[in-house]
Amino acid sequence: MNKNVNKGVNKELLKELVEKYKNESGALIPILQEIQESFGYLPEETLIFVSDEMDIPLGRIWGVVTFYSQFYLSPRGRNIIRLCRGTACHVRGGKRLLEKVERVLGIKRGETTPDFEFTLETVRCLGTCFLAPVIMINHDYFGRVTPGKVENILQQYIP
Amino acid sequence: MMSDVSLSIDGKRVSVQKGTNILGAAKSIGVNIPHLCFEERLSPISACRLCLVEVEGMESLVAACSYPVAEGMIVKTNSARVKEARRVVLELILSDHPLDCLTCEKSGSCQLENYAYELEILSSRFKGEKSHYPLDKSNPFIERDPDKCILCGRCVAVCGEVQMCFVLDFAQRGFKTRMSTGLDRLLPKTSCTFCGSCISVCPVGALTEKERRFKGREWELEKVSTICPYCGCGCAITLNIKNGRIVKITSDPEGYVNEGWLCSKGKFGFDFIHSPDRLKYPLVKKGGELKEVSWDEALGFVAEKLKKIKEKYGSESIAGLSSAKCSNEENYLFQKFMRAVLGTNNVDHCARLCHASTVAGLARAFGSGAMTNSMAEIKNADCILITGSNTSETHPIIALKIKEALRKNGARLIVVDPRKIEMTKFSHLWLRQKPGTDVALFNGMMNVIISEGLHDKEFILKRTQGFEKLKEMLHQYTPDYVEGISGVPAHSIISAARMYSKADRASIIFAMGITQHTTGTDNVLSLANLAMLTGNVGKESSGVNPLRGQNNVQGACDMGALPNVYPGYQSVSEERIREKFEQMWRVDLPQKVGLTVVEMIHAAEEGKLKAMYIMGENPFLSDPNSNLTRRALEKLDFLVVQDIFPTETSEYADVILPAASFAEKEGTFTNTERRVQRVRRALEVPGQAKADWEIISDLAVRLGYPMKYSSPARIMDEIASLTPIYGGITYERLDKRGLQWPCPNRDHPGTKFLHQGRFTRGLGKFHPTPYREAVELPDEEYPFILSTGRVLFHWHTGTMTRRVKGLEEIYPQNLVEIHPLDAQKLSLKDADLARVISRRGKVVIRVKVTDISPPGVVFMSFHFKEAAANLLTIDALDPVAKIPELKVCAVRIEKCTV
Ligand code: SF4
Ligand code: SF4
Ligand code: SF4
Ligand code: FES
Ligand code: FES
Repeated sequence: MNKNVNKGVNKELLKELVEKYKNESGALIPILQEIQESFGYLPEETLIFVSDEMDIPLGRIWGVVTFYSQFYLSPRGRNIIRLCRGTACHVRGGKRLLEKVERVLGIKRGETTPDFEFTLETVRCLGTCFLAPVIMINHDYFGRVTPGKVENILQQYIP
Repeated sequence: MMSDVSLSIDGKRVSVQKGTNILGAAKSIGVNIPHLCFEERLSPISACRLCLVEVEGMESLVAACSYPVAEGMIVKTNSARVKEARRVVLELILSDHPLDCLTCEKSGSCQLENYAYELEILSSRFKGEKSHYPLDKSNPFIERDPDKCILCGRCVAVCGEVQMCFVLDFAQRGFKTRMSTGLDRLLPKTSCTFCGSCISVCPVGALTEKERRFKGREWELEKVSTICPYCGCGCAITLNIKNGRIVKITSDPEGYVNEGWLCSKGKFGFDFIHSPDRLKYPLVKKGGELKEVSWDEALGFVAEKLKKIKEKYGSESIAGLSSAKCSNEENYLFQKFMRAVLGTNNVDHCARLCHASTVAGLARAFGSGAMTNSMAEIKNADCILITGSNTSETHPIIALKIKEALRKNGARLIVVDPRKIEMTKFSHLWLRQKPGTDVALFNGMMNVIISEGLHDKEFILKRTQGFEKLKEMLHQYTPDYVEGISGVPAHSIISAARMYSKADRASIIFAMGITQHTTGTDNVLSLANLAMLTGNVGKESSGVNPLRGQNNVQGACDMGALPNVYPGYQSVSEERIREKFEQMWRVDLPQKVGLTVVEMIHAAEEGKLKAMYIMGENPFLSDPNSNLTRRALEKLDFLVVQDIFPTETSEYADVILPAASFAEKEGTFTNTERRVQRVRRALEVPGQAKADWEIISDLAVRLGYPMKYSSPARIMDEIASLTPIYGGITYERLDKRGLQWPCPNRDHPGTKFLHQGRFTRGLGKFHPTPYREAVELPDEEYPFILSTGRVLFHWHTGTMTRRVKGLEEIYPQNLVEIHPLDAQKLSLKDADLARVISRRGKVVIRVKVTDISPPGVVFMSFHFKEAAANLLTIDALDPVAKIPELKVCAVRIEKCTV
């Protein structure tokens, strides 16, 4: 996942991407998607670059990237943890689970560890309530997780 | 014309134009439908849903602000259903509103507060989370409180569609939605120009003037409408006053000139009025030191000195500088004082430095040197050619009209300017000529127009003379030849020629970039040629429009504060006219044409001029070659300076007289579109200051000439009686919208655009204008061209704006703009100190590396005394208009190591 994270912005690549869409109208969202694809998130300087090159006000671009939840404005970790905060998981101790993960990684929900290994997100319901409480890491599901199992699970993702 | 539609609103019948919305139709019969997001001057946003009304036959309620009327429609604006819907909308808004009306600055004029009161809402039935975002106080002008924002979208609309600055927009979504800037940056880090338009449309307290905080509640403010004292746009402003101090400035949306929009200077630039530096007492130099004295002593002394000098050296040894900042009445009295009391035509003012070449050029070509069209007409032009005017910075409200033409009518915009000014962002063509090659470029465009047969043969035949000579001269200016001179690619010249000549209503807009050259008059003549060649003058929205710089520079010229004409451009050399004035003023008048500004300075330096009377001007900073100006002022036997502040010039004065500011006196200003407008007294003068007109009349009386007026209105009566173009002007008639001259009699409605059917001089006259080079071009020793001008946040010599805290904070120091390529060669970086040196002087100044000016050209403003551009400029003059070449001189640049 997210191989380019934290490698800085490759200006040449950025130019190429924008060049491709430059004269199309309504190309803003596809461009932003491609940039995110390449850089893992939308670094500020890429937004400024798009604004200048495509002559779209920065305020408008900002409106778009903050509107859609698919866009990320800060770098994300190599591994994305989605911890369920839906009702079923809540009843079964989802809150304590969240606290534990936060403590182990030393970050709050929505944040990324300084080494860019993990990003911690919470979601409404992962659609696997029968396994509650549930954690999803990248594409793997973990069910009936107790706070005690957290360290072991995370360990599997550290190279 | 669109047909009318009739409908019924709350049982009343109403007929309105098709396409009107229900809200507008209701308003026309005095029914006010509550609304929050709708603003008449903006396109409908339809976000708030407060304006819901019931339309018979429709199942759901409709938004009155965007729903168009239809024949036979029956509308109820106050049914139980409508009232309940409104309550729900308001209660929803209130559920996420801080409700700190106790200390909110908007309280009293807040639309949310007013509607809650109207609908008798005590509290919201919806309880829920409230947003909390930090207050943005990052800049000196605008305070943003996102918690009070009701997301109506007006600020976003005004910033985008009217100002075209696109600073604001909505970010996030759902409950978190809020008004924001790109990257959530603070305003100073955005392209915000601090025009304050967003404040003026915000219906609640989310956007307010920062400086007004805790200075007065809305209902305590006394309001006086007057005219902005800065630029020639002449915007209507309203001073909001409490306890003799201005709390804030607003502008009436009904205001004809500016429709309620202002720029940062008009909106926020008023601190100077209350500055502790204001001159409060007359000062007379005694034993080398200035001492406070009584008016009686000061004026007695001035009268005696002037009398002696006149007796000893003759009238011609005295000269006066009048002021484009002062009122028409004061300019009139000043020139009358110089001519009738002192007996000399040596009177001029700073218009010499900005538009003398316009007046000279357009008078020759058309017979009148003013803007041919009105500002409002610009909106309907279909092609606009801007040259030598950084319109969005120097005439922001005119820039708005241009933007409106682009946005609403799809007008074409051609910018001809060496600098990458803001307007180039919106232009269809940008011709970047080498400074000083304007004439060649316009000749090139005309060459194309003629060779492609795009000229208006009928217009040329019926309305003009001298075409054949012009045609002959143009022959050599082929696009390729002109490319060689101007550096503008031949194909751009051809495109511009076609774009301009094929338009129905093309308008040329120009300013100092055209006039401040030794070829200034030729530049103006070539623009006049271009307009006449294509029949683009003498009709609505189409003409040649010089933008006048100062608030009343048009008026000062109209009033004859010029060495060769009496009020109304009536020549002093014409006997019949002189006799008329001699009769009215009951004295003999001098025949000899007087000295112009720069000639006065030269004469003083040579010792020929002994005394000068300077009213409201600061030639030390505004005139070219300051070192020469200093020597000249030092050499005078006697110098009187009358001003609101001590200035660089008053350092040399023997007597300084304290004057009233625009807010402390009655009078009129004439804006750039020839509109005479009323200026009203709102404040007491500081100390013993007096209005300029009072000082001059006092002095005249002391010199034995009766000059008594009970008020400026009576002075205007005298002006009207002597000045045909002002013949119909009285204070009563000016009250609402002012009047545009020519207005020859009391029944005349004023004149929107000039030269309809006939030029003022009869036939328009083509003048062949061969290209001449600038006087001082770069060479090995001085390899750069220096161009000078203004910036948005300051004004003229900075006497006023540099005393406005916020403006000074935003733009604190002079900068020299250098192109990145040149900067690299000189190893200069942004914010480095550099020495800029010309043959006449040098200044030390910070560097701004930018591609605004092309390589080889550097630019600086003349607002700052610490780095005064005019120490460098050349005092070479245009042979006809005597305007100095402030736009081109040669300099060298060195890096400063200390
Ligand atoms: S002050 Fe003017 S430019 Fe700045 S955000 Fe408000 S409307 Fe836009
Ligand atoms: S700041 Fe004012 S004008 Fe702008 S969206 Fe909010 S309430 Fe409306
Ligand atoms: S545009 Fe000119 S007249 Fe209008 S507010 Fe600004 S400075 Fe004043
Ligand atoms: S509530 Fe957690 S998976 Fe459904
Ligand atoms: S005023 Fe009509 S929707 Fe806001």
